[in-house]
Amino acid sequence: MWYFSSPLIVYGEDALSHLTTLEGHRAALITDDTLVRLGFAARVIQNLQQAGLQVVCYDHVEPEPSLEQVQAGARFLLEHQPDWIVALGGGSVIDAAKAMWILYARPDLEPEAINPIERFNLRERARFVAIPTTSGTGSEVTWAIVLTNRAERRKLGLGSREAIADIAIVDPALVLDLPPRLTADTGLDALTHAIEGFTSTYHNDFTDGLCLKAAKLVFEYLPRAYRYGREDAEARAHMHFAATIAGLGFGNAMAALAHGMGHALGAIFHIPHGRAVALALPYTIAYCASGEPGSTRYAELAAYLGLPAGNEQTAAQSLLRAVWDLMKQVDQPVTLAEAGISRDDLAREMEWLVAHAMNDTQTIMSPRIPDESEMQTIFWQIYSGEIDL
Amino acid sequence: MSIPFPSDAWIKAMMEDLNQSQAYEEAAKNWEGDFYFVIEPGGSLDHTVILYMDLWHGKCREAYEVKDPEARQPAFWLSGPVQTWKKVMTRQLDPIQAMMTGQLRLRGNMAMVMKNVRAAKELVESCTRIPTIFPV
Repeated sequence: MWYFSSPLIVYGEDALSHLTTLEGHRAALITDDTLVRLGFAARVIQNLQQAGLQVVCYDHVEPEPSLEQVQAGARFLLEHQPDWIVALGGGSVIDAAKAMWILYARPDLEPEAINPIERFNLRERARFVAIPTTSGTGSEVTWAIVLTNRAERRKLGLGSREAIADIAIVDPALVLDLPPRLTADTGLDALTHAIEGFTSTYHNDFTDGLCLKAAKLVFEYLPRAYRYGREDAEARAHMHFAATIAGLGFGNAMAALAHGMGHALGAIFHIPHGRAVALALPYTIAYCASGEPGSTRYAELAAYLGLPAGNEQTAAQSLLRAVWDLMKQVDQPVTLAEAGISRDDLAREMEWLVAHAMNDTQTIMSPRIPDESEMQTIFWQIYSGEIDL
Repeated sequence: MSIPFPSDAWIKAMMEDLNQSQAYEEAAKNWEGDFYFVIEPGGSLDHTVILYMDLWHGKCREAYEVKDPEARQPAFWLSGPVQTWKKVMTRQLDPIQAMMTGQLRLRGNMAMVMKNVRAAKELVESCTRIPTIFPV
C-alpha cells in the first residue's frame, strides 16, 4: 500500500486569478520581503480581497528557513486565525508555510518532530494554497518540508502527507523575470528531482512517467530559459510546468542520495539548494551504478532521453555527462572547488557533512547506500571532479 | 536453526546480531531510547507479545520478552499485527512505508526518529538476518 498525493493544480496564463474563487473568511499570505517589493504580494492580496477574504501578510520568511522562524510564523497564524494559508514564493517560503500550518494546528509540537506518521488534522484549522515563484522546488505539490537547525548546522528533511497544498497555482507569469542564476539553480533542482524520483527505491508506476517527462523538459528548456529569460516565454512556461511535474514525481517516490548529500552541503557551506543537489547528482549516479549490477534504472532513463544506453554503466556515464553538459550550459559549477569551497574547508567539515548526509531522510531511498568511508570518498569526488565509474 | 517469532529467544538473537553489526553501530551512534515492539495476534499467535530492547548509542544493552507491560516505560512503542511484522522482516514491506501507512504504529519522540532514520533502517536489516519461524 502506498499513496499518490496531489493538490488541485491550476496552471497557465492567468492561473493566479483562481484565487478570486476561494471561499472563506481570512487568508494569511506567507511570503518574503523581495516578493512584496516586486509587487507580487500585492497582486495576490488583490485577488484574495476580490474573493471577499480579509488578508493578513507575514513577509519575514528567509532563505533556508529555521526552526525558530517557523515557530514565529505559527504564532502569527495563531494570532490571526486564518482559514486559508497562501504561500507565495520559492521552496523556502512554501516549506516554511507548510511547517507553520502544522504548528498552527499543533502548537505543542516541536518543528523538528514534524513527521509523516502522526495525524495533525490540518484542515480543521485552514486550507492551503501554494504559489511558486521559482521553477524548481516542486514544493507546491509535495508534502516535504526542509527546515534548517541553525544550532546544529543541519537541514532536516521533514514532512507530513497532510501538508500538501489543497491548490497549487502554477502561473508562468510569476517567473518571467527570474534572474539567470536563480533560473539555473532551481532548474537543476527540478532535474535532480526528476532523476532521483525515477531511480529512488520508492519509484512506482504512478510517478515514473512524470519523472521522465520532467527530465526531458528540463534538458530541452532550461538552457533557453536561462539564456533568454522573459524573451522566451515558451521556455519559461515549460520549465515552470517541469518543476511541478518533477515535484509530483519525486514527491510520491521520494528523492535519494544527491538530496541527502546536497542538504548537508547546503547546511554547512550555504550553497543554494538546487546548486548543491545538482553538484552531488553526477557523482551519486556514478556511485549507484558501480554497485550491484541491475540495481539502478539509468538505462531506461538514458534511453528515454535519447542518450547512449547500451548497458547500465554506459547509461550512467552518458546520463551523468549529460547532466554535466547541462550544468556547464547554464554556467553552474560542477565541482565543490569551482563552487568556491577550499580543500581545507572540506576537510574541516567532513565529519559533519558525512554525519548529516548519512542520516538524511532521503539518503535511505537510494538504490545504493554508502557507508561513512564511501560517503567521504564521494564528497572528495564532488570536490575534485574525479568520477569513479 | 530458525527461531520462533515473537519470543524471548528471538529478541536475544537480534540483540546479538545488532551488537555485531558495524553498519548499525555507525547508523545508530546518536540513538538513545528503548523500545517496546508490540506484536499483535494473528495466525497461530493468539495473544499479544511485547519484546523489549534497550538501544543506546549503536549498541543493544538489554533485550527480552516482557510479561508485564507496566514493567518499563520505554521511550518508543512500535505496534502492529504479526502479519505486518512478517512482511517487514521478509522485505515484502518497507518499514518506513509501513509506519507512514499506519500498518505499523510508532509512538515516541518523533524528532529523534526523524534525525536517525538510517538507524531504523539498519534495525530492520538486522531483523531480516535472523533465521525466523513465523506463526503466520
